[in-house]
Parts: sequence; structure tokens; C-alpha cells
Amino acid sequence: MPGCTFWIDGKSYTAEEGTNLIEAAKQNGVFIPSLCYFKHIDPPLGTCRTCTCKINGRYDPACTAFVSEGLKVEVNTPELVDMRKALIEMMFAEGNHFCPACEKSGSCDLQHMGYELGISVSRFPHLFKDRLIDYQPRRMVMEHNRCIKCGRCMAEVLTPDGNRVFSAVNRANETMVGVDYAQEARLTEEEAERAMKICPTGAIIVRGKSLAQPFGERKYDLHSIQKNYRHTLTAKPKVTNFEKKTIATVSLAGCFGCHMSMLDIDDELLDMVELVSFNKSPLTDIKQFSRRCHLGLVEGGCCNDENVETLKKFREMCDILVVMGECAVWGGLPAMRNTIPLGECLEEAYLNSMTAEAGEDKIPYHEDLPRILDRVYACNEIVKVDYTISGCPPSPNNIWKLVRSVLWGEDYSLLYSEFKYD
Amino acid sequence: MGAVERSYGFFDVEPARSRLLSQLWDYQLTEGHISRQAIERLARDHGVSSIEIEGVASFYHFFHRPPAGKHVICLDNSIIAEFKGYDRIREAFERETGARLGSTDPSGTFGLFPTPCIGLSDQQPAALIDYYPFTHLNAIRVREIVQKLKNGASAADLCDMPQDHIRFTPANDRTIFFAPYVAGEALTKLAGLGAEGVLEQLRISELSGRGGAFFPTWKKWKACRNYTDTPKFIVCNADEGEPGTFKDRVLLNHEPGSVLEGMIIAGFTVGAAYGLIYLRGEYRWLNARLESEIQRFRDKGLLGKNVAGIKGFDFDIRVEIGAGAYVCGEETALLESLEGKRGEPRTKWFYPVEKGYLQLPTVVNNVETFAAVARLLVMGTFEYLKRGISGSPGTKLISISGDCERPGLYEIEWGMTVSELLDHCGAEDPFYIQVSGPSGECISVQEKFRRISMLDLLAQKDIRCGGSFMIFNHSRDLVQVLMNFAQFFKHESCGVCTPCRAGNFIVQRKLERLQHGLADLNDLKELQQWGAIMKATSRCGLGKTATNSLVQALDKFHDYFDGRFVRSGNGAIRHFDIEAAVADYERYKP
Repeated sequence: MPGCTFWIDGKSYTAEEGTNLIEAAKQNGVFIPSLCYFKHIDPPLGTCRTCTCKINGRYDPACTAFVSEGLKVEVNTPELVDMRKALIEMMFAEGNHFCPACEKSGSCDLQHMGYELGISVSRFPHLFKDRLIDYQPRRMVMEHNRCIKCGRCMAEVLTPDGNRVFSAVNRANETMVGVDYAQEARLTEEEAERAMKICPTGAIIVRGKSLAQPFGERKYDLHSIQKNYRHTLTAKPKVTNFEKKTIATVSLAGCFGCHMSMLDIDDELLDMVELVSFNKSPLTDIKQFSRRCHLGLVEGGCCNDENVETLKKFREMCDILVVMGECAVWGGLPAMRNTIPLGECLEEAYLNSMTAEAGEDKIPYHEDLPRILDRVYACNEIVKVDYTISGCPPSPNNIWKLVRSVLWGEDYSLLYSEFKYD
Repeated sequence: MGAVERSYGFFDVEPARSRLLSQLWDYQLTEGHISRQAIERLARDHGVSSIEIEGVASFYHFFHRPPAGKHVICLDNSIIAEFKGYDRIREAFERETGARLGSTDPSGTFGLFPTPCIGLSDQQPAALIDYYPFTHLNAIRVREIVQKLKNGASAADLCDMPQDHIRFTPANDRTIFFAPYVAGEALTKLAGLGAEGVLEQLRISELSGRGGAFFPTWKKWKACRNYTDTPKFIVCNADEGEPGTFKDRVLLNHEPGSVLEGMIIAGFTVGAAYGLIYLRGEYRWLNARLESEIQRFRDKGLLGKNVAGIKGFDFDIRVEIGAGAYVCGEETALLESLEGKRGEPRTKWFYPVEKGYLQLPTVVNNVETFAAVARLLVMGTFEYLKRGISGSPGTKLISISGDCERPGLYEIEWGMTVSELLDHCGAEDPFYIQVSGPSGECISVQEKFRRISMLDLLAQKDIRCGGSFMIFNHSRDLVQVLMNFAQFFKHESCGVCTPCRAGNFIVQRKLERLQHGLADLNDLKELQQWGAIMKATSRCGLGKTATNSLVQALDKFHDYFDGRFVRSGNGAIRHFDIEAAVADYERYKP
């Protein structure tokens, strides 16, 4: 095939004519995010749509386009970057992705794409659809909560005689990747592990093999695959016009892990006490606001009416409201109950559990007890939120950098390795 | 299954897999559902995993995995049905049969299921019972029907033959579709014209795809003719799934000959020997009519070997019946379905004219397009061009339903204004009109002086109507309409691509907020932005157009929406209903 010149965002590049656009861009050092494109799958799956670009003026996925002479492609316009983020956010909102509790965390393509695109919160409401976890296959557990229906396993995992092990069943929002138990049983241990490996998320888990690689040493734990993506930070805050600011903090439906993380900034604590003072906060044990604060830091979402009241108070008394940690951002681990009706949860916990004592078979209800909400709500479902910090818990630097930048207008940028959902 | 295959000797060119939908239908009709054993057997016969067969069966909503009852009642839940008394009919069926919507009664006699538009919007409320149509239902009729079924009557004997309701054709014999029909007359022109001649006639007449995409027919046929791979196929898209549309139903019932002839002409022109009609499952009851017309054609020598006396031109047609999936109206999804697969649209690497059915050159056209071709050849381009307006000649079939005196089929000359059409059908206090179905255009009655034509240039923005006109009066709740559409798309997305599968679900959730009065101005803005994202990134037309009406409605009906959302203080605190949120817990109050 002859070479040809094509254009990405106004710059010219060359590649062999007829090369797949994602491939051609990659050869030229241009990163086009994608979750379902793999060079060896032909025709391309075209399911995730993350690689949508503007190709000769039309919105089209790069994975189903070939380069030709004079092809004009837009990849990194603000609009397209936002669209791509939206698609990844949709996947997070559609499935039930609890990164802190997922075996695949750190090796997950979906999580990775979230990191690369800097998604700290999904703009879409989480759907919390109750999905199946299928324990029936012999070697695998199929975790439908985590499946993004990219179709990769359907195309690639076949028995030696070419039969499919996975196939899409049902339709629309009920679509899921079904497992053929008979065919699955015929896979060798290696083939099953390969299926787990090619799954871009933690939907396919092979029993006993899921945690073979330790956290911290996984593919996407520390480094972005994009070159020139890292930003360096100024080591010390450059503070002019100094004014000590007041901060309030609270933990709602959280575990205080974010607060612990806050204390982990080590020697910077010494800087911090010079710069800020704390009003209402578990750190000071001040129970009521005694003044209006510059900034409120909220950990945890809302699982009861006391949380809601406290959150509203924070909104009222703080100029800027920052929510930190997965629970505050979208519900987090407490939101695991969101796919199950409240009644079932309470009855399981208080009436039917193994540890329920005879005669104590009652669900607590008292006027002094906060009333429990039908589901766990993210903070932004209840009040307007100004900034979000992701992570479970967020890295200490992440919290401190954001606070400094918000209060004194410093540059805010994160190292890839500091940006986490787990 | 040998029997099925043998009866189509002519179609031996097709692989066995292309019979899968028919086989699944056989099981559904004889056993009332698709059992595990049936799936295992089909998997063995086709040499594939059983999950693959299950994937196909579970894609189509007329195939039921759990037993669906001896009599399967599919109740139309389109927006027109909703406004014409869907709830009352549902209650009546629930009361009479003992089955709750979405399940069977305890004895397993009746199954009651909601289904999107069944193409009877002019005679709502309507339902399919055992896939036979029942129209103009009311509580008393429901009781009678259920009683008779309980007493052993068959739905085939009890059903209503839907009226064609052809309400209007252009005056002074200017009708194109309903002029007197002589079987085979169009085919007599073929020998004289030759393939190039046919293409030339189509080019001059500016005939374009009547499914709603308006792609020039001559270009499509010419492209297919130029590909050399053989065999080639002609596919008639009779999967009229767009809610509110029923023009193809009327054509297939009233003028099946024209449709067949159009297909034969296409076969002659592009060099194809095989014609396939993909008839939507909802129109299963029309199959007998079609089959007898096909047989009549065969008997007259208009199908089979040396069609219409043209030496060496062999052409035959068979009908494949869909099983309930709106997305199969998308041509590549339709081809997948014909191949016995899940009806998932293909990525657009190739157009069907190059690699279509079985990856071979294929022409896919709408029922109305084929009928128009046959009529065009008979009347000639000179006569044809006299109808309609310059740049948009000819006539168009439009299905009118909703709030008007005379719902039914209207054949209008292109160029008629919305206002004239509203007068013809006796629209009652119209407020808002949904043109070309939920994926089409939403227009306000204030735009009633716009013309309906194929012209879609920037300077001349006419309304391009794919075939349906749903009229809603001032008393109708626009949010209810939009919610019905959102639920439809959520249910009908094929589930392959993220923006359509997740997006339609998310949009529907957002509309719930609007319906419950919990949305604020920001929610409306977000709906518009999210619609734009779905439009740009979805894989096929379904996702691209799913939010069309919603986005347009938000744009065109400011005043209406202004009263629907919460204005909360400084906008800082969103509306959150604490009492509703603790209601579940309050049940445990001693």
C-alpha cells in the first residue's frame, strides 16, 4: 500500500493508505482513547464509541475509519474531549462500578480511561440497576455489574472447534453477556485466564486467580500511557496576600478514611496550620458552626436524614463546598445497597441474619435515631457541589492541593499516580 | 425443519442459518415459548453454542423464554394507544384473564404483554392475540373475546380484519398508488426499457427512499448493479416499526402486487434473482395475503423462471417474518436478522449494495418505494412528474393518527401544507404534531404553513415526512408523550453501543424527574446536551435520532416547559424530597 498524508488537528502525518485510523494515529504518536478496539479483531467491534472523532467533518468512530490521502481528522477539540468523557461517564453510571472493592482495580481499562480523561465525577445519575453475579460457570464468576458490553470476549473467546463461550443475550438496557456453561467448562485453565485478562473491566473473574498481581504493581497503577501527560508541581505554595482561611469538615455516610488521609500530608501539616483554621470539624470537635467558613470539606454521601440536614447546613455556611472520596462523589461503597430495596436490606441485617439474637427481632426505629433514606444519595443530588475529589480514600496530596488551589487560586494539577478511584 | 427448507427449493443458495427465525417462530407457535430443549436442539442442528441461539431468541420480544400462556395477548402501548384508553383495556384484560401485565395467569392460559406500536394507530386501542389483530377494543369486547377464547374459540376466527382507511387520494385521478391495477403491467415495460432505461426513469422521476432517508433510488440500484459479486438480493423492508406509521400495512394489504412488481423490477435492473420480504412480526396476519399474491404471481409466470417472458430472467420472492424488534427497520440490522442473528446494526464499513445480505450485493428498499417504482413504470415519467412540486415530484403516503376525526391513510401530493392536511383529516384543536414518528420531527401548530416535501435545502426547509403524522390536541400532556417515546427507545435500543443503550436509559430517568416536577432549568439544559452527545456518537440511526423530538420539544415549547420545573431559590439547592426518601423506612415505625 502506498503512503498517504492525513491531518489530525491541523497537523499533517503520514501512514500507509488504508491503515486503521487509531493505528495510524498511534504510529504517529497521537493518542485516541478506545476501549473496544483491538488490532487483531476484524471487523472492529465499534461498540464503546469512545474513539469518536470528527472525520472529514462527520462524527464517526476512529476504529471503523481508514486513512486516505488528505483525510482530515479532529481528535482533541474541547467538544470531542468532552464527548469522550461523557461516554466513559455513561459506562460508570450504567454499571455498578465499585472500584475500591474490585479485583481488577489497577488493571482495568475502564478505570484507566477515566484516569486518562481526568473524570472525577459522572455527570449522569448512577442508574443502580440490580444486575446478576453469575456463579454458575465452572471456572469463572461473571460479574454483570462491571460489564461494559464491549463484545471483546464474544469475539475472542472460542472453544477449539470455534464455538462461542460468550454471547449477548436480551436487548436494550437488559443486554448482558451470557456464558455458555457447557462451552465454558471445555476451556483450559489458561484459556479461562486469558478471558479474564482480555476483559477490559472486572466482569470476568477466574476463581482463585483474580488477585495474583499485587496492587501497586498493576498496569495502570502508577503511569499514564500517554507521554507528555504528566505535569510537575511547584513544591511550596507561593502565598502572597496572606489571609488565614477557615475550613469546616464532616464525615457523613463515610468511614472517616478521607479524614485519615487528610492527616497523611505529613510535614505539610505544619504549613497547613499556618494557613488555615478549622471551625466545625471532627478534628476540632466543634459541633456547631460558630461562623461562616471559606470552605467546607465533605466526606461520605447521604444515607439518612441527619446526613441530609448536615449537608444542607454545610452548603449554607460554606462559600465553597468540596466533596471528597467516592462515597461523597457518587455514593461509593454504601451505595452497594442501592440496587436492593431498603426493606430487604433491613430485614436481612436485623431479622434474618445469622447473628440476630432471639427476641431481638426488630428493626430499630426511634425518634432519636436518624431516619434511613430509601437509597444512598451522592452529595450533588442534594446540594450544589463546587469541586469533587475522587479516590477511596483520595490521596493526601490530592486533597491538600485542591484546598490550596481553591482558596488561593494556585495552579492545580495532579500526578497520574495521585488520581485514583480506589 | 427439513420441510421448511424443501418448500423453498429456489432459495437453496441461502445457508441453513437464515431459517433460524422461522424455526424459532415454529417453536413459539406450537409450544407457546422457546424452551431450553428447543434451544439445545437448534444449537445442535446449527452447530453453534446454545448461548448463541439464546442470544437470538432473547433479542426479539415475540419470542418468550418462560412459557407465555396458551393465548398470548400483546397490547399496544404506543402513545396513541395511551391516549385512546390503553389503561382501561389493560385493566379489562387483567380482570378477565387473571394475568398481570408482563406475565401469565396462574393456569397458564393467558399471557398479557405490552408491545410497542403494532401498526394500527388508526384503530386504537388495539392488541394482537396469538398474533391476530383486534381493533377498537373496549371493556365489553375484551370480556367477550376472553370468554370465547376460554370456551375454545381461536383468535384467528375472532379477529378483526383491520380496515385500510384510505381517506384521501389526490383529486382528478392524480393518485399514483391507488390507480386501477393490472397485474404484470409494469413488467411488460421491462423488455423495452432494459436495465439502463429503468434507472433513467427513476433518475428523471427523482424517486427516493420512502422509508424516510430519501436516498435516490436510482443511485442505490445503479451502485448495486455495478458490483459483480453474485448472487445478488432484493430485500423489501416491511419492518414498519416507527410508532404511528401504518402506510406499509395498507399497501401490503391493498396493493401487494405493486410491491412484488417493484421488487421484480429491481431484480431485473441490478441482476438479482432472489427477493426477500422482511415482514415485521406484528404483521404476521398479513402473511397469508402476501403468500397468496406471490403464488398468484408464480401461477401467472410473473415469478419463477423467465419472469414475464423475459428469457434468462429468473426471480422469486419469499417472506421472512420478524419477531418484534424496532431496530430491525435499520437496514443492516434487518440483514443481520435475515441471516438468523441478533438484529444488531452493523458498523458502516460497507453499504449493503456492496456487502449486504450474506455479504453479497443487496438492494434494501421500503415497501412504498417498490410500489412507487411499479406505478411509475406504468404511468411513465411524463405523467409522474405532473404530480407534486418542482424538485419534489410525486405523491407520498402518510399515516395519520391521534386527535382527528378521520385517522387513516392519506396519499398527498408533495407540497401540501401541514394546515391543508390537518383540515383534510379533521384535526381537533391541534397543538403539537409528531412527524415521521418519535425519531422524526416535532412541530408546533404554529408551523402549520410549512410544506411537506422532500426539499431539505437550507433555504427551503420543508417537512420531510417518512410516513406518519401523530396529532395531539391542547389537552394532551407533552411530557407524557415524550416519556412514552423515551421508554420506547430505552426498550428498543439493540444494546450494542454505549450512548444508545445507556443514554436512552439515562434520558428516561431524567424525564421521570421532569414528570414528577423535580427538574430544574439545569436538567433541561443537560437533556439537550446529552441528546447532542447521543446523536454524535451512536452507532446507528436509532441512537442518533432517539432524542430528536425531546430536544426539539424543549426548544419549541418554552412556555409549556417553563411551568414544569422547579425554580429553587438561588439555584444552589436542588429539589430533594426528604419525606419521599424516608417513606420506605417509615414503614418500620412502631
